[in-house]
Amino acid sequence: MRNKKKDIILGTFIWSSAAVTVVVLMGILGYILYNGLPHMTWTFLSTVYSASKTGSKGILPMIINTIYVIIVSLVLGTPIGISSAIYLTQYAKQGRLVSIIRFATEVLSGIPSILFGLFGYAVFVVLFQLKLSIISGSLTMMICILPTIIRTTEEALLAVPGAYKEGAMAIGAGKLRVTMGMILPCAMSGVLTGVILAIGRIVGETAALLFTVGVSGNAMPKGGNIFDALFGHILEQGNTLALHLYNSAMNGKDPISVPFATASALLILVFLLNRLAGFLSRRMKK
Amino acid sequence: MSNTKVRIENLNLFYGTFQALINVNLQIQEREITAFIGPSGCGKSTCIKTINRMNDLVEDCQIDGKVMIDKQDIYTKDCDVNLLRKRAGMVFQKPNPFPMSIYDNIAYGPRVHGVRSKAELDVIVEQALTNAALWGEVKDRLKGSAMGISGGQQQRLCIARALAVEPDILLLDEPTSALDPISTLKVEDLMFELKKRYTVVIVTHNMQQAVRISDKTAFFLMGEVVEYGSTLTLFNSPQNKKTEDYVTGRFG
Repeated sequence: MRNKKKDIILGTFIWSSAAVTVVVLMGILGYILYNGLPHMTWTFLSTVYSASKTGSKGILPMIINTIYVIIVSLVLGTPIGISSAIYLTQYAKQGRLVSIIRFATEVLSGIPSILFGLFGYAVFVVLFQLKLSIISGSLTMMICILPTIIRTTEEALLAVPGAYKEGAMAIGAGKLRVTMGMILPCAMSGVLTGVILAIGRIVGETAALLFTVGVSGNAMPKGGNIFDALFGHILEQGNTLALHLYNSAMNGKDPISVPFATASALLILVFLLNRLAGFLSRRMKK
Repeated sequence: MSNTKVRIENLNLFYGTFQALINVNLQIQEREITAFIGPSGCGKSTCIKTINRMNDLVEDCQIDGKVMIDKQDIYTKDCDVNLLRKRAGMVFQKPNPFPMSIYDNIAYGPRVHGVRSKAELDVIVEQALTNAALWGEVKDRLKGSAMGISGGQQQRLCIARALAVEPDILLLDEPTSALDPISTLKVEDLMFELKKRYTVVIVTHNMQQAVRISDKTAFFLMGEVVEYGSTLTLFNSPQNKKTEDYVTGRFG
């Protein structure tokens, strides 16, 4: 009888914990979408934001800037992260130095992002004179996401059976070839998981970008030709969705509808990016 | 009298401070099957790996002495390890097909060594699979995953993969210990075919297997070669007391 009672109490506790989690998550999502979706019109998504009180409230530049920061950070960070992981698992002599590097990456992934922001401001914005710009923000984000990419890639590489490597080397394949042509492709879906996590981090980041990317960059990419417009924009200021969410809520002209609609757009962007990454990961596994 | 293919002279091998091979001297004849037998940890697997330098992959492994293939010392600086491993192919205890199609498994080696033409690869793949007695079983599913065939087929695929780069020597490290008796029989039959063209060295736990297939046998114990000679002599009238104890099943 006692046992049965225990079972009921424990069961109720577990069940209600799960319920609380789901309800909270659904509550947040529902609340944001309920308040945001009605304002998330096509005009809102496809026009620019003007500072004047009566001007348009569109977030197209912020969407573009967010995608810019994601792409530039990934283009800079992914090759470095993957190469580091390859070095750490395949080439470095496993010893003190490697365990120090591992420890450092672990610590780095736990550092509050505002410290990265301060560092990015001091180094990229001021010292390298890149000013408040998408490139400064992306370089800062690159440092933020490196630990994630290194750790997940390392784990994926270590999970590849050693027998593949042995087998390939036993028929005379060189180490570089085995690493790039056999081990890395086998680990690709794990590497992609790291990239998905990194994208999530970049999209949601505010503190590190506040210092580096410039919150008044609400302009569209511009320039004489497509090339200038595409690449020139990297050197311009670029307010992102997450930053705009903060700014418009704190001192915007419409502190309810704009932030909630922006948040809804942010949620949808994250959802789409995750689907894309999942799709790519399934393609790679084949 | 056949020629000596591999000559191991005064070989000492250390893993860190542990000496795994002690003063090993062996001459392996061309186009014969040489078996390495002995209890676990006796150094027989270590010894076979010195012939294609797979021990290079082990950290803290130190080698002293000479291993010569066709009178060329393979531990000198100017020896190309990748070419060496092309000449001396290795098959492992557990079948280790690559996670790709059967065709790509066989073509991996030739591609590594620079064969690009599809027509040429087609010929190599068919030839290698035929020589490994696998062609008939897989010819209709060459594009299928190599992970989907049976363990015995996988092991013959690994042999075919080694044959595809046209080696002189085949090193088999307990190739049948993970296989069922029927698959084992097939691999053993295959070895008789292979020895017509290749020099075969096989590590085995199974003494009956050594008797069935090998011409020469080396008995390893605690890192030393206790006895080496023709398989018939070694099993029927061993010169050394320890060999006699082992082959008659008194220990090991």
